[in-house]
Amino acid sequence: MAIFEYAPAPESRDVVDLQPSYGLFIDGEFVDGSGPAFKTINPATEETLAEVATATADDVDRAVRAARKAFGGWSGLPGAERAKYLFRIARIIQERSRELAVLESLDNGKPIREARDVDVPLVAAHFFYYAGWADKLAHAGFGTRPLGVAGQVIPWNFPLLMLAWKIAPALACGNTVVLKPAETTPLTALLFADICRQADLPAGVVNIVTGAGETGAAVVAHPDVNKVAFTGSTEVGRLIARTVAGTGKKLTLELGGKAANIVFDDAAIDQAVEGIVNGIFFNQGHVCCAGSRLLVQESVQEELLDALKRRLTTLRLGDPLDKNTDIGAINSAAQLAKIRELSDLGESEGARRWSPECELPSKGFWFPPTVFTQVAQSHRIATEEIFGPVLSVLTFRTPAEAVEKANNTPYGLSAGIWTEKGSRILWMADRLRAGVVWANTFNKFDPASPFGGYKESGYGREGGLHGLEAYLDV
Amino acid sequence: MSRLSVRKTYKLYIGGAFPRSESGRSYPVTSPKGDFLANASRASRKDARDAVVAARKAFPGWSGATPYNRGQVIYRVAEMLEGRRAQFAEELGGGKRAALEQVDATVDRLVWYAGWSDKIAAVHGAANPVAGPYFNLSSPEPTGVVAVVAPADPLLGLVSVVAPVIVTGNTCVVVASEPAPLAAITLAEVLATSDLPGGVVNVLTGRQAELAPWLAAHMDVNGLDLTGVGDEELALRCEQEAAENLKRVLRPVAEDWTADPGTGRMTRFLETKTVWHPVGI
Repeated sequence: MAIFEYAPAPESRDVVDLQPSYGLFIDGEFVDGSGPAFKTINPATEETLAEVATATADDVDRAVRAARKAFGGWSGLPGAERAKYLFRIARIIQERSRELAVLESLDNGKPIREARDVDVPLVAAHFFYYAGWADKLAHAGFGTRPLGVAGQVIPWNFPLLMLAWKIAPALACGNTVVLKPAETTPLTALLFADICRQADLPAGVVNIVTGAGETGAAVVAHPDVNKVAFTGSTEVGRLIARTVAGTGKKLTLELGGKAANIVFDDAAIDQAVEGIVNGIFFNQGHVCCAGSRLLVQESVQEELLDALKRRLTTLRLGDPLDKNTDIGAINSAAQLAKIRELSDLGESEGARRWSPECELPSKGFWFPPTVFTQVAQSHRIATEEIFGPVLSVLTFRTPAEAVEKANNTPYGLSAGIWTEKGSRILWMADRLRAGVVWANTFNKFDPASPFGGYKESGYGREGGLHGLEAYLDV
Repeated sequence: MSRLSVRKTYKLYIGGAFPRSESGRSYPVTSPKGDFLANASRASRKDARDAVVAARKAFPGWSGATPYNRGQVIYRVAEMLEGRRAQFAEELGGGKRAALEQVDATVDRLVWYAGWSDKIAAVHGAANPVAGPYFNLSSPEPTGVVAVVAPADPLLGLVSVVAPVIVTGNTCVVVASEPAPLAAITLAEVLATSDLPGGVVNVLTGRQAELAPWLAAHMDVNGLDLTGVGDEELALRCEQEAAENLKRVLRPVAEDWTADPGTGRMTRFLETKTVWHPVGI
């Protein structure tokens, strides 16, 4: 029951000038790819947005050679000059922020509110932050020698933000890059190529090759790549670690997660509810650090779940370009199928499924916000990364039990703690085996704050001073 | 009449105890000149797994100990080693003066690392100035259980790879130098009498090519130091096996054990944990 109705408030698409087809960005120019072109679609409507080139191994080789050729000049620039290019890029991103946000929302399916208020501002901030490091590397403690050519493969959940996390520190340290965006979300990376041109970035410093897994594999395996950075699934991360073994290439991996969001009986319930909602329904749950396992202390389970369900009935699912939308489209048919499969499994394994009343659009890929209660630790919805708007609720009695359950996963990317007791926060934070611990908050990101996992969530850090280590020859 | 000496039986060191290999196997160890020195235990896959279990069991206590406490324990190891200077020099063999120098350098290395326990977080952590009302702090934490394939250098090399792993709170399983494992077992006697909790360091002797791949593939091992693996093919295989659960792998190019060690061996087996909390009233 809606208290009041919202009128549609769609953001205009006019700000985006889509071309019918896009090539690869190599050595400062858009060039044709040798592989078959593929379509990238709007997951909210299934309409084709553009055709994009597939880079073959030969194309990747051209891109790596361009990056190698540019490396000497780029790494030889005084840090202060490299910094100015990165500051320029940060400023152009701010100038073109509306265009980037709308394009990101169109290609990815995320609500314009998130693309506009989270993704794009963080992208600009990331370039601004690492720009400032370029002439201060000698003070960071990792030396000042860049590695060479970085091969970078990024996912579809935060297409432009992941590009920024990869390219900004790489360039600040004096490396050149060959980046492959995800096949379902290549458009903002290609727009970024145009931003590089507007900034007069020397040719070959940034190269963008589009395509599917094979293109990514060619980037990773290229013998003249000195550094590999990957964000994506743990399954692919393992393959990459195996490929890179013995080559001496430096490797950083930011992989999957199954974070516990732990709510104690003394937590501020309304704030915790907001944190849970933000933790699992932000970006349709397409977040590696999503708080996908809610661990709630038994004594407040009922109160918390009632409040959570009430809150979920107010979430608005629909047109990602509508400024009132909270939950956008699932990024692809394949991802939707995976979310459906795991959710159905959750039911058949005995967990209880609940979703608010929620009308799904007839076209596009949609999944309602979903909560599973009575989840056991052995259930697949409690162990596997669903990467969708699906929350599994488990309970605990003591802090020790909460730690035990939270750490009972091969992942270790993030965790959340909700309690008003400071000493308990620190006691818990000490024991949680996770790279990022949010206490009385969740899903906060900042270029100054290192991000990355323990165990099978990968290794290396992105962001902050720690993020420099990944791109320097220590 | 000269007295017949009482020889030492060289066994393994697992969980603070000195068991023989469960396999009942041993192999002869000789001096560089080829003289028989002793029969060392030839550890099996089962011994390696037992050692990992012991290391995992010791991890919460050791990583949870205060850095000051860990520093003192490692300093205590140095004290105990100093007291056995002559014994180690004799066991190392070769020229007496050179052997003593090796022992002294080893003691000094332990003292150096002991002091790092409560400083590495200050050097490798950070207070992060985020753009919002949040307290945000990054601190290093130990990776977990680390498998260490020790280099041929039987004492200084061994201590130079083990000390940086444990000083930060990791626990480890060490595969001792295959041709020269005796000093490693004698070092275990030092560790056992230095207040180092059982299981923090576990020492296996035997065939490197047999043991290293089991440890590289073990799903409860979090890190792998391949310093002692000279065979390229074996190192590659270990690194590939390590990919399965994304172990942190250290494979240095070349090591000079007399050079300044730097912090790299410690940071390789450290994670960074970042904690956020809102600021408000």
